[in-house]
Amino acid sequence: MTEKQMVDVFILGKKYSVPSTLTIMDAMEYAGYQLIRGCGCRSGFCGACATVYRTKGDNELKVVLACQSKVEDGMYLTQIPFFPGKKAVYDMEKIEPTAETMGEMYPELYKCIGCNSCTKGCSQGLNVMQYIAYAQRGEFEKCAEESFDCVGCGICATRCPAGITHFNVGLLARRITGKYIAPKSEHLDIRVQEIEEGRMAAELDELMSKSIDELKDLYNHRDITK
Amino acid sequence: MYTAEMRELIKKVEATRSKRLGHDFPRLSPEAKLEILKKNHPDYIESGFRTINLGVNKGEKVPLELANLIEAKSRIEMDKINLEKIDHDVDVLIVGAGGAGASAAIEAVKTGAKVMIATKLRFGDANTMMAEGGIQAADKADDSPAKHYLDVMGGGHFTNVPELVKALVQDAPEAIKWLNDFGVMFDKEEDGTMLTNHGGGTSRKRMHAAADYSGAEIMRVLRDEVRNLGVEVVEFSPVVELIKDLDGKVAGAILFNLETEEYSVVKAKTVILTTGGAGRLHYQGFPTSNHYGATADGLVLGYRVGAELAFADTIQYHPTGVAFPSQIFGALVTEKVRGLGATPLNIDGEQFVYHLETRDIEASAIINECKVNKKGINTPTGEVGVWLDTPLIDIIHGEGTLEKRLPAMYRMFKKFGIDMTKEPILIYPTLHYQNGGLLINEFGETKIENLYVAGECAGGIHGRNRLMGNSLLDIIVFGRRAGKNAGKRSKSVVIKDLTLGHVADYHKELIKNGIETDRVSPLLLPRYRHGADK
Ligand SMILES: Cc1cc2nc3c(=O)[nH]c(=O)nc-3n(C[C@H](O)[C@H](O)[C@H](O)COP(=O)(O)OP(=O)(O)OC[C@H]3O[C@@H](n4cnc5c(N)ncnc54)[C@H](O)[C@@H]3O)c2cc1C
Ligand code: SF4
Ligand code: SF4
Ligand code: FES
Repeated sequence: MTEKQMVDVFILGKKYSVPSTLTIMDAMEYAGYQLIRGCGCRSGFCGACATVYRTKGDNELKVVLACQSKVEDGMYLTQIPFFPGKKAVYDMEKIEPTAETMGEMYPELYKCIGCNSCTKGCSQGLNVMQYIAYAQRGEFEKCAEESFDCVGCGICATRCPAGITHFNVGLLARRITGKYIAPKSEHLDIRVQEIEEGRMAAELDELMSKSIDELKDLYNHRDITK
Repeated sequence: MYTAEMRELIKKVEATRSKRLGHDFPRLSPEAKLEILKKNHPDYIESGFRTINLGVNKGEKVPLELANLIEAKSRIEMDKINLEKIDHDVDVLIVGAGGAGASAAIEAVKTGAKVMIATKLRFGDANTMMAEGGIQAADKADDSPAKHYLDVMGGGHFTNVPELVKALVQDAPEAIKWLNDFGVMFDKEEDGTMLTNHGGGTSRKRMHAAADYSGAEIMRVLRDEVRNLGVEVVEFSPVVELIKDLDGKVAGAILFNLETEEYSVVKAKTVILTTGGAGRLHYQGFPTSNHYGATADGLVLGYRVGAELAFADTIQYHPTGVAFPSQIFGALVTEKVRGLGATPLNIDGEQFVYHLETRDIEASAIINECKVNKKGINTPTGEVGVWLDTPLIDIIHGEGTLEKRLPAMYRMFKKFGIDMTKEPILIYPTLHYQNGGLLINEFGETKIENLYVAGECAGGIHGRNRLMGNSLLDIIVFGRRAGKNAGKRSKSVVIKDLTLGHVADYHKELIKNGIETDRVSPLLLPRYRHGADK
């Protein structure tokens, strides 16, 4: 391997020289930080590590996930440790899958000015403004699909002039879709009922009464569907 | 981005593809399985283990790193703790806020109990959030809880506690329904039929998924539900010790505020440990797929109050961790990738093992191919791996399948310049799951009064090896059971004076057994320097 290439980054204003192959998160640790906030799954799933940076000579502020982005020379970094976001409280059993419901929970939705800052910032590359538009119109299924890969990092909400907490809006749309709009799974209801009525018990009890050797034999000869 | 040499090697993969297509590689016989396990699986590497010298499991072997944490002192300085000053007084204290903790909270609230969650990181920063592949349940016509039972027992090499497996498979369809009714968006066909797949070791297609965000989707819905219920959640405050009362019942916990470094006292009628796994202990130097806080804290806390460990010497190494690019080294490549038809290949582009063996066998075969047969592919950072032929997925199921069914995986590789629909990826086993834990019964109870355990922290359900999709299932099934039972039980509990006498006793036991150490535990957070110390 060629010699380690180093780059200079600035963490909370202090300069550190770190290997160019590291992610931002690894670079902070390389510099000696032990992370408490701003670190979770380390794999791009939890949204804990939103990090703001600006590169020398560029005045645009960018926001990325620290565990999913490589360091670059001249990065000025700071983490968003916690970004307060509004969450409506609701009872899923009583909620109605209509646009009015969404509007009551999140009235600020209708203050969207279409600036598209949310979309431009999204760490997952989602079309956030679009899913907000779907939510406004009560098109929950579309909103659900468009927002499905959201990791709740909160970057969109840091930028919204209308004060919308996009990730919570998407979440409500998905829950409504999962519960009320997606087709019902009949086979699931049937099976739950069969179990409740004890109709699956005999087969299970019989297996449980077998010796380990008998079980092994059954296991090694069980049929496996394609 | 692949190097030029790697791109040359990929040509060999492409050259053999049409020959391999449509021909399943033969499965291993039971004897061949045992042999490959013994030769390669980290659980069989004796130097990775030692016996513990005190406590209930004295004389039994556990991984070295865990043994060191068990044979360590408490983090707390006893004279700094005032047990008379109660900061929180609740019915049920849940330790940990992953899927098991959230499920337990929801059910405990239903019993009318006052519930509190204390967690080390943020609510939901947990292994649950990262689970991609899916969750098992026998809810289709060609399947049954009994078939599921046999698969679980076989997967666990018939060492599982049968009653726990029974509870697992019997509650499974109900668990899926419970999640679906909360609004979890499972993948379905137009008519509502759940889309289900095989996982390693399953005899029926019973793996339910929500794209490859299965765990994230479950976790964010459960978290939202817990918030709707108004449960108090204290974040960045790990439990560092359990409290008992004068009867010896568990009666609360000491929290440590990670930022202010202050301690607080929680008095609770029942306590549920749901602290998850141990990946961040990096047993035998393996990389891990686990979240940052997975440091086996619950095992240490439980052991110190006298709860028994079961199967603590068995660890799951996921066969497919990322071997390249280095930035995501050790991250998980979900088993669903193999479920959808991607196969492992060596440096010559040849398959060497059936792609849907159980995880321990599959991982052992990959280690064998790299370390014994020396047919792995070397990466620029000095790691080794084998190919996983991911382009097969679209070839078998039609173009666009991979991107639709594995969006997170696709995105992760794409960020680092690899298009897995066109090029194979490089993989090597990664430390993934703690098969064992604190022994529970089917009510989620340990033998220590009022101490419950659920989720990855619990032991017995999976025996010596867990099948994919049964962990997301067990956190729901046993999380709910523990929550319900702890909630009900809390109504009749009368707590006597609180004490940390067991901690003092533990320290005495250490000395009595000749263990002199400055180590403290639980670990709470790992420390990484990425080579800065060298
Ligand atoms: C990358 C990955 C993919 C996976 N894919 C699948 C899959 O497809 N299917 C499947 O079935 N399983 C899968 N698993 C396994 C499964 O997701 C986990 O085993 C399961 O989610 C564990 O849930 P849990 O609630 O027990 O623990 P976790 O979800 O890990 O939660 C543990 C919680 O405890 C907290 N905690 C830890 N220590 C303390 C302390 N001292 N005090 C207070 N709180 C503490 C943590 O912060 C966290 O909130 C996967 C695991 C990983 C890592
Ligand atoms: S939609 Fe917002 S919260 Fe969700 S991933 Fe994108 S930026 Fe993050
Ligand atoms: S940032 Fe806010 S106001 Fe701008 S487009 Fe997005 S939702 Fe609308
Ligand atoms: S740490 Fe979870 S997204 Fe980066």
